[in-house]
Amino acid sequence: MDIAFVIEKSVLVSIIFGISLLIAMYSTYAERKVAAFLQDRLGPDRAGPFGMFQPLADGLKMFMKEEIVPANASKWLFMVGPGLAMLTACIGTAVIPWGSPITIGDRIIPLQVTDINVGLLYIFGVVSLGVYGVMIGGWASNNKYSLLSAIRAASQNISYEIAMGLSIIALLLVTGSMSLKEIVETQHGWRWNVLYQPLGFVLFMICAFAETNRAPFDLPECETELIGGYHTEYSSMKLGFYLFAEYINMFVSAAVMATLYFGGYNYPGMDWVLANTGPVIGPLIGTAVFFIKIFAFIFFFMWVRWTIPRFRYDQLMHLGWKVLIPLAIANIVVTAVVIAVIEGF
Amino acid sequence: MGTSVFYFVATLSVIFSLMVIFSKNPVHSVLYLIVTFFTFTVHYILLNAQFLAVVNFIVYMGAIMVLFLFVLMLLNLNKDNEPLKSNLVKIVGVIAGCCLVVTLVGALKATAISDPVVLRNPNLGLVKNLGKELFGPFMLPFELCSILLLSAMVGAILLTKKEKA
Repeated sequence: MDIAFVIEKSVLVSIIFGISLLIAMYSTYAERKVAAFLQDRLGPDRAGPFGMFQPLADGLKMFMKEEIVPANASKWLFMVGPGLAMLTACIGTAVIPWGSPITIGDRIIPLQVTDINVGLLYIFGVVSLGVYGVMIGGWASNNKYSLLSAIRAASQNISYEIAMGLSIIALLLVTGSMSLKEIVETQHGWRWNVLYQPLGFVLFMICAFAETNRAPFDLPECETELIGGYHTEYSSMKLGFYLFAEYINMFVSAAVMATLYFGGYNYPGMDWVLANTGPVIGPLIGTAVFFIKIFAFIFFFMWVRWTIPRFRYDQLMHLGWKVLIPLAIANIVVTAVVIAVIEGF
Repeated sequence: MGTSVFYFVATLSVIFSLMVIFSKNPVHSVLYLIVTFFTFTVHYILLNAQFLAVVNFIVYMGAIMVLFLFVLMLLNLNKDNEPLKSNLVKIVGVIAGCCLVVTLVGALKATAISDPVVLRNPNLGLVKNLGKELFGPFMLPFELCSILLLSAMVGAILLTKKEKA
């Protein structure tokens, strides 16, 4: 392990971390602007031009608020909850390939922190760990509504993880690899997986909405029934962490969907662009395309939130167990049969 | 390097396993158990068994322990409503514990350090190789295991269904 390798990876990790935080910050702004647009309002427009500094003002407000810990709360776990939510939100980005490798001199720099051969399962593991932040926070608050919300979050996550895992299996049959880098490379040009796995993509996306607790699946923070949900007792920056983790989760799941089904940094005509722009600019254009896809998904998340009302809890369970899981299993069977026929058994 | 990491993580495993037993609050016990499982994941990675590591991570830490935590949070056990244990149970517990200690000490005395196990294929734990082993020479036992799990699942669902009067 030479020193250049360590420097290269640390720089990459810091850049990705910074970008995740920046995008999450401006997602809060974008969410308010999108909501305003959809409801024919103006949205935040006081802090700076077009209200551009609104996220900074919000962040400052969060920091300045009084820190309150409920008297009978489990103090240590009350603190661990938001930290864990933030941690699990951030570590998912480690296996996502952000672009094709850059060549500087005779050194090839991959735009991916680590390419483990179980990358897809790693993402799945991080997602399944995400619920602990909510559960621990909700239980430690020593509040009935928080506890109910934590339990809702847990059962919702477990139910939708099954359908998500099954939709991933169908994708694995198509790509034949669990390394995210190889999955992206098989989608070269326009051969995106969404063309081969349209149903799998829809299932994965619905489950991603449920796993990130976004509307219409935001039952854990259903304010009409549960006051504020699992973060009822939280104030100041701990509350800020919970809210912020949701936006980072949204960014990560948008990146995962773009990677798995929409070709990552691939786009039609990329060979011509790569040949004509050189070994540094070419891959960076691919990265820019990848980010455009991510922003499109984030916009879609917001669009859905302000369009579709929240489910009732029994409808949520019905959808998860009786609709998504059978569809996902049917998808696996059809995919397997088609592949067997094409490859001649 | 590898050995020292192993001893460090092994110490953590032992400490957290003890914390599972000694913590008063059941929810804290489950949380310590989750951390213990995490140290097991690190052990699998040290053994170059990436697939097993990540499956341990997903299945034990991500699913089974969530259900444990779920049930314990619903029960909301604490000191006030803990059922009192009778003296008979305590005496039986002490006797059983002593028997276990004797057995463990006896077993430890009889052990000798075995030769180190050398795998024919050091990369057996990677997904591709493991899959080829499971669906090649071990096809029949693997499929039998899946049928066993399926029947267990069907049985569990059958037990929860109330019979119609």
